[in-house]
Amino acid sequence: MHDGGKIILFLIILLVLFTAPVWYNIIGGQAGKEVNPVIATADEPGRDKCVYDKEYMLGNHMNVLNQWRDDVVRRGDRIHVTEDGRRFSKSLSLTCMDCHSNKEEFCDKCHDYMDVTPYCWTCHIEPSLYGERVVVEAPEVATGEEIKGEDMTVGHPTGTHGEGH
Amino acid sequence: MTVDRRKFVKVAGLGMIALAAKPAAELFGKDIEHVPAGTAHKLDVDHPKTAKRWAMVIDTRKCRENPDCDACINACHDVHNVPHFEEKDEIKWIWKESYHHAFSGDDNEYMPHDILHSNVLLLCNHCDDPPCVKVCPPKATFQREDGIVMMDWHRCIGCRYCIAACPYGSRSFNWRDPREGLENKNPNFPTREKGVVEKCTFCDSRLARGQLPACVEVCPHHALTFGDIDDPNSEVREILEQNNTIRRKPSLGTKPQVFYIV
Repeated sequence: MHDGGKIILFLIILLVLFTAPVWYNIIGGQAGKEVNPVIATADEPGRDKCVYDKEYMLGNHMNVLNQWRDDVVRRGDRIHVTEDGRRFSKSLSLTCMDCHSNKEEFCDKCHDYMDVTPYCWTCHIEPSLYGERVVVEAPEVATGEEIKGEDMTVGHPTGTHGEGH
Repeated sequence: MTVDRRKFVKVAGLGMIALAAKPAAELFGKDIEHVPAGTAHKLDVDHPKTAKRWAMVIDTRKCRENPDCDACINACHDVHNVPHFEEKDEIKWIWKESYHHAFSGDDNEYMPHDILHSNVLLLCNHCDDPPCVKVCPPKATFQREDGIVMMDWHRCIGCRYCIAACPYGSRSFNWRDPREGLENKNPNFPTREKGVVEKCTFCDSRLARGQLPACVEVCPHHALTFGDIDDPNSEVREILEQNNTIRRKPSLGTKPQVFYIV
């Protein structure tokens, strides 16, 4: 054991390096920090209750969304009835984002923390990108015929037109 | 009292019916209309348009009278966030094609000049026997009970078998991020993403809200008629009875549900 001192020294160094992430978090890291999503309409009457209770949604919102997606796209079943009888359109952008319009503070905050990247927003349009109202109108008809396209107004975030899936 | 076998079977049968009746009655008795509406949300899916078999009739005579009209194309592409790209990147839901290309094999050089040299409105034919549905590995494309050949973009893996299978060129592949080709987006309808196939869905989400397809609703010349071909009293059936109509490539046996009055 001529080199016993060196061996023990390097063992200690190795141990410290190996456990460095733990020390780092204990001293100044963010791992223990609680991350809470901000609910935009928490105090608004009528919009203060989700489609399921909060605890259930915390763990199962992704399953609810998957279920809604399959119900709407594949089964054409578009109405969700809550346990207490409230009815909602099964729609991420029209229903979920109507209350949870603060995607950054509601969705991203936790997803970033958990390091998950759901791909909802590669297709579904997030509220911050809701641009100007787009109005689709029939062109003027030379015959002066009345245009029956006035209901073609699209683009209002809470409008009544084609939600996707 | 003795129970012989015959009596036992009778009683058992009646008992089974009684047992089955209760849940069945509950199922039919549950009327969704009687459930109070959510306070925060206006539900617009309570009165959907439904049919046994959706179909469309396009009166190309009216389109020929107005060769510069693009109302249906613009409306469709605006409502469904269809991007504008050129050439091979082009995404088409409803578009114009020359008569020769639309009805190749059914045309000849001696037919009326104005027909032969006109453009015809094309879209997904929502075939009764859709080849695209058969080849789709993840079943992203499927046929609904009302005949609509539907796409579940969540499931599309971008293999493009459907594009190869469709004899009508009704499907487009997103070679680029479609958002690059969109100026204004309709936030109530998703875009697609790179690597996904897309096509006309007969406006399934508008039908669910009780609206006609956007192209039909916006056409200022009433050239497009949409309805239930299974209903003998429907407008489409009336038009089909009164006019001679053709379909694209009928010999392939796909049974297109888009009919053309030439």
